Amino acid sequence: MNISKDLQALINPLSKDNPVIVQVLGICSALAVTAKLEPALVMTISVTAVLAFANVIISLLRNTIPTSIRIIVQLVVVAALVVIVDQVLKAWNYEVSKALSVFIGLIITNCIIMGRLEAFAMTNRPWPAFLDGIGNGLGYGIILVIVAFFRELLGSGTLFGCQVIPQWWYDHGYQNNGMMILPPMALITVACIIWVHRSRNKDLQE
Amino acid sequence: MKGLKQRIDKVKPQFEKGGRFSKLHSVFDGFYTFLFTPNETSRSGVHIHDSNDSKRTMITVVLALLPCCLFGMWNIGYQHALATGDIDHSFFHLFFYGFWAVLPQIVTAYVVGLGIEFIVAQLRGHEIQEGFLVSGILIPMICPVDTPCWMLAVAVAFSVIFAKEVFGGTGYNFLNVALVTRAFLFFAYPSQMSGDKVFVNLGDMPAADAFTGATPLGQMASSGTSEAIMTGVNGLPLSFHDIFFGFYPGSWGETSTFCILIGLAILLSTGMASWKIITSGIVGAFLMALLAHNFASPLYPVTYIDPLTQLCLGGFAFAIVFMATDPVTACRTNTGKYIYGFLIGALAILIRCYNTGYPEGAMLAVLLMNCFAPLIDYCVVNSNINRRLKRAVAKS
Repeated sequence: MNISKDLQALINPLSKDNPVIVQVLGICSALAVTAKLEPALVMTISVTAVLAFANVIISLLRNTIPTSIRIIVQLVVVAALVVIVDQVLKAWNYEVSKALSVFIGLIITNCIIMGRLEAFAMTNRPWPAFLDGIGNGLGYGIILVIVAFFRELLGSGTLFGCQVIPQWWYDHGYQNNGMMILPPMALITVACIIWVHRSRNKDLQE
Repeated sequence: MKGLKQRIDKVKPQFEKGGRFSKLHSVFDGFYTFLFTPNETSRSGVHIHDSNDSKRTMITVVLALLPCCLFGMWNIGYQHALATGDIDHSFFHLFFYGFWAVLPQIVTAYVVGLGIEFIVAQLRGHEIQEGFLVSGILIPMICPVDTPCWMLAVAVAFSVIFAKEVFGGTGYNFLNVALVTRAFLFFAYPSQMSGDKVFVNLGDMPAADAFTGATPLGQMASSGTSEAIMTGVNGLPLSFHDIFFGFYPGSWGETSTFCILIGLAILLSTGMASWKIITSGIVGAFLMALLAHNFASPLYPVTYIDPLTQLCLGGFAFAIVFMATDPVTACRTNTGKYIYGFLIGALAILIRCYNTGYPEGAMLAVLLMNCFAPLIDYCVVNSNINRRLKRAVAKS
């Protein structure tokens, strides 16, 4: 492979090293915000923004942070960014902000963010760290959007709130699957994605 | 029969290794052993040979289900006649009305379920297992008669894949496949699985004036009165006789306690079902019902039903006889079986009485205890080991 290391930091998390379906991190929010596509997309953008900038800031500070208090420093940085994202969201898209409720605040505790800060930003320069943040945020987001696509389509018959399943289906006895709206089906959808992904990438199979 | 065997033996080499259709080996094998008892026996190691293979087990259970099944079909016709006020029909007319109403569902369940099993066996190169023979008939029997076939197909596909095949197929599932199907339908399409519209097949005919389509338990749960008066679909009160023999609307296979008792006799006399689970289950349910009845309150109207009627109503009897005793998902240890059965009985009545959102609790109780069965077994085995260790230490 002659892709540069920087590019690998961006591309690997999309599939081979996906934070949700390979590292199995951030599952909790993947279950909580994926009943509809719109919140899933907003969540993706929020996490990507927080992760990218947190990675850059920590990477810039990495030589000045004493090892014994690095977790606290990381938390302060992430918390500050999350508050900014939260405020921006409240100002620009109050409806979605209300739908996401606590889950924006809970980005602080998302394992993906702490994991990337510890594993990548603490030992890399700002530019690769930025790319790594974008890559992981998008890798997380892809899964969220796929899960939300199926859950909204089968559970509500809509995509981004627009009716997709035609009315004559309903007239002929079709019904939305109420189970898709419930959290268990998010878990099963993620499991299906892992199933497909593993069978396409044999080297990931245990 | 001999001619058939000769003909089949003639094409057999084509399905063996290296033959033209060797990829379809497991399909051929499935049909072959379905028609003829295989005469191959294992040659190494010590094996206990028994004529009771899993095919015979499955067929016996299907036989035990037949009384409920046939009665259920007739009952569909009978409830239809009562509901539409069009009562003057012969026994066979009523029976065939129900038969034609449920035939599409039975066919759907078998085609979808067996189809998936065949494909998976083919992909994995396994032999085809017989597990779905029972599930296929159980699934329509525990669903309302008006369940659309496509919903049934979706639910069967879901449960066969996610409750059974991903864990390794027949014999490795930790949840009862038929009940997972019903649970999926129940949570995915609640409007089709409860309420007063789905349990009586009206066909195209208008309902009679006094028509109520709710099941007795459904009526009690939403009644808010302190008197246990349940009515049939024609508005007349149900007697204990009606309830015991099953002349009331419900998921069509499970209404008649009498037919379930016939099935129970078949299962017990052939040694298929564990009497330990059934006995402790009935005791658990009876005690729970007695307790609930003693502390009956208008907040939970179902508690006003007397314990004996509780046992005969709804899906409890069917679940404890045909679902709880599924040897794959039940406890294996003897002590475990008593605990498992008792908790199923007690939980079923507990949910039925105190969770007004669910008029019937047998499905949830069995599924919950399916999850706990391995834990119960683990505790029983370990406590036995500990007890015997203590004895050994004391002697030395």
